[in-house]
Amino acid sequence: MTSENITKTAADVTTAEHTRNGRHYRPNVDILEKDDELLLLADVPGAKSDSIDVRFEDGELEIRAAVPPRWENQQRHLLREYGVGNYYRTFQISETIDAAKISAEYADGVLTLHLPKAEAVKPRKIQVNVK
Amino acid sequence: MIAQYRSLRSPYDLLRGEMDRLLTGFLGPAADGLLPPLVGNQPAVNCWETEDAVMVETEVPGLKKEQLELSVSGGELTMKIDRPDAAQEGIVYHRRERPVGAFSRVLPLPCEVDGSRVEAELHDGVLTITLPKAERAKPRKIEVT
Repeated sequence: MTSENITKTAADVTTAEHTRNGRHYRPNVDILEKDDELLLLADVPGAKSDSIDVRFEDGELEIRAAVPPRWENQQRHLLREYGVGNYYRTFQISETIDAAKISAEYADGVLTLHLPKAEAVKPRKIQVNVK
Repeated sequence: MIAQYRSLRSPYDLLRGEMDRLLTGFLGPAADGLLPPLVGNQPAVNCWETEDAVMVETEVPGLKKEQLELSVSGGELTMKIDRPDAAQEGIVYHRRERPVGAFSRVLPLPCEVDGSRVEAELHDGVLTITLPKAERAKPRKIEVT
């Protein structure tokens, strides 16, 4: 399996991304390949577990997390190096993933997705019956 | 943009930040006027001032409190963070964007703070540090009689 058929960054995909209202941030991710699964770790600091939405449809994995503002705009910042807002990112996942068994957990601002590989379709021998 | 903040950075850092911003502006639209973090794997910091305290916030997803060391002395806040590299042998990475490694960052504080009452909270990967201002650094209302 090569990385090409597993993932595409949101920027590569011309989906509904640009029609979404408001600003959203692209979470940093690690994607690891193990023997039996792909493991996706996404940094979504500030999100609560019930505000995270993961969808898988037609080979596209969509991660969305709503993050409410933590401070007011009028605040006088001494340093302002990052913004706070919703997260959104999509990936193209190869069809060798068993979509029904995808599971997710969340702790300390990191979303962990387990994407189990589907059992390889076994070659089948077709018996030809002679009449 | 920078001038309107009371800066917590050295002139060198300011220059570097300005250069980064210039280049960012040249290569594409700058993201919402935020200053880029100075070093790649170093978490970005937001800092603001309330009447009673100086607030420092940083996003450190995945960090356990044992991996974090904070100290206040001499008008500076020092943050030390160590995110061990969890890479295991034989595992293929298809994406590797989440920062790892150790770093420390020193923030000069804009006023005197009460070091014994500093509080830090870590929730959902967001570290919030409250540094209460020392009594004499608080704005005082003068009664006119």
